[in-house]
Amino acid sequence: MADETVLEAAGVSRVFDVSSPWLQRTLAREPHRLLRAVDDVSFTIPRGTTLALVGESGCGKSTIARMSVGLLAPSAGDILFEGQPLSAARAQPGLRRRMNMIFQDPYASLNPRWRVRDIVAEPIRAFAMAKSRAEIIERVGALLARVGLSAQDGEKYPHEFSGGQRQRVSIARALSSDPDFLVCDEPTSALDVSVQAQILNLMKDLQRRYGLTYLFISHNLAVVRHMADRLGVMYLGRIVELGPAEEIFRAPRHPYTRLLLDAIPDLAMIGRARAQVGGEVPSPIDPPPGCTFHPRCPLANARCRAEKPAVTLIGASQVACHAVAEGRTEP
Amino acid sequence: MALLDVQNLTVEFPTRRGVLRALDGVSFSIEAGEVLGVVGESGAGKSLTGAAIIGLLEPPGRIAGGRILLEGSRIDDLSQSQLRRIRGRRIGAIFQDPLTTLNPLYSIGRQLIETIRTHLKLSEADARKRAVRWLEEVGIPAAAQRIDAYPHEFSGGQRQRVVIALALCAEPALVIADEPTTALDVSIQAQIIALLKRLARDHGTSVMLITHDMGVIAETADRVAVMYAGRIAEIGPVAEIVRTPAHPYTLGLMGSIPSIEHRVERLAQIDGAMPRLTAIPQGCAFNPRCPRVFARCRIERPDLLPAGATEAACWLHDATIRPLRAAHG
Repeated sequence: MADETVLEAAGVSRVFDVSSPWLQRTLAREPHRLLRAVDDVSFTIPRGTTLALVGESGCGKSTIARMSVGLLAPSAGDILFEGQPLSAARAQPGLRRRMNMIFQDPYASLNPRWRVRDIVAEPIRAFAMAKSRAEIIERVGALLARVGLSAQDGEKYPHEFSGGQRQRVSIARALSSDPDFLVCDEPTSALDVSVQAQILNLMKDLQRRYGLTYLFISHNLAVVRHMADRLGVMYLGRIVELGPAEEIFRAPRHPYTRLLLDAIPDLAMIGRARAQVGGEVPSPIDPPPGCTFHPRCPLANARCRAEKPAVTLIGASQVACHAVAEGRTEP
Repeated sequence: MALLDVQNLTVEFPTRRGVLRALDGVSFSIEAGEVLGVVGESGAGKSLTGAAIIGLLEPPGRIAGGRILLEGSRIDDLSQSQLRRIRGRRIGAIFQDPLTTLNPLYSIGRQLIETIRTHLKLSEADARKRAVRWLEEVGIPAAAQRIDAYPHEFSGGQRQRVVIALALCAEPALVIADEPTTALDVSIQAQIIALLKRLARDHGTSVMLITHDMGVIAETADRVAVMYAGRIAEIGPVAEIVRTPAHPYTLGLMGSIPSIEHRVERLAQIDGAMPRLTAIPQGCAFNPRCPRVFARCRIERPDLLPAGATEAACWLHDATIRPLRAAHG
């Protein structure tokens, strides 16, 4: 039971068509333009643990989040929930009920015209999980108490709450269908730090108490360090390093992971000089050939410019890098 | 004499339901060449402080009290046309989102040259040379060719570099940078912070760096002002503010920031949220959330008091009541 896999992504890719409209394309003889947002990504999340995905904007982490709850279908590969492909979930509300999502912006993800009570009750009603009105009210009250609000707060509208309280409402709604698996897409990046600490602590408490499994998406490595059991580092649609979070933070192997860890402004950095990192993330519409990180990589050579690196297992981590695989990591 | 001296600054917003006091008695100074970090949660008044200094308060907001002195002379009572001569020339500004700071209809060269020629008596050709030099200095590759490009032709990080060049090209004595890295990705953030730091040092420019990111402050600032509900809660050297804060709010804020250096099981958390402007509690504004609150905090509002290496607006540091504090544990 301990290492039972809740979610598995097996060679998942997602391509978006970003071509111009048909007429313009025909007149200007433009080809189809495809954006490969996620490219052959595989990972598993064991029950009761947190897998965090980090990366900069445009790396595909939110696309993975949306595919993991079935909001988007993969173009290739499969996402399996307890061994069953998500494509089948649509026909099985029982499966759909067991996963839910917490979004980034609690100002946008709650309907301003609904009372909090109805927002939280919506999944209970949608999955017909309560027999009577009284039972719904009782459940909503218990859920609100679970996230640190009071049952009376259910009568209010979202605008009567602060950002942190709204995110608590989102969490209560996500928990209302009694899920096993939650996808959290940047759940605290719209919040102030002291409120962020409250929400992160709450999420950890809930995980411990109910054995929840999290896919946690963030661009903030310090937050990820606090939450993650396992960590995947993404760059331009691929996972470049995947392994136990502690190991990656202690001994990052992929040059991009090292760059990210060097770049984070941290409280411990007072007066310390940091390594300078150059360059920016290239456009995902027209990624560089070979390893997509090679234009910014201090270890890049001819092979990196031509050949896409395969995943190598080093210790408990998987790394997609020619330099690491060939053992030429010391420049 | 300090380069910038803000004394007892009060900013008010008249509304239908009465006057809201958004800044209440804010005092601090910035020395020449110094980087002062201003941190706080949203609504604490940090951006408002910057806007008041540079004369860009949005009406109906107005300065209701206090003085702002730049190199010894008052700038808070100047007319709009006098302020326009100061903005850009003596105080530069960098805002969060480079895409909205730059005019999309003009080439970046034209925007730079216009700024330079507004403030400095230079010919078009000399201004253009100066603009190219500034673009090189902020790290735009092939500056002489790219000067005629438009903002949309640059990436986010490069646009913020152009904005920095715009803020610095008339060589102001003070730059107010309001969340300059918030809209950028982490690997770009580090580049922009390093650039800002280097330019300020090379040109002797003072910087008021407004951000909610303590990590950015820790790396960049010499001194830090921590704001809470429209007032400065604590001000002092960056190392002391981060490592040995004197105000319970600063202490809570530092504990709530996750670190990549070490992992803790639970983050310290300050319960509740900052009060709204319509409901600032009596006494110290932090008292309902403060773990060390005592009777006086609920009645009387503390001003900044010396607290070791920093100054904190907290009654725990009132020398006259130390015995009382001991009695309250």
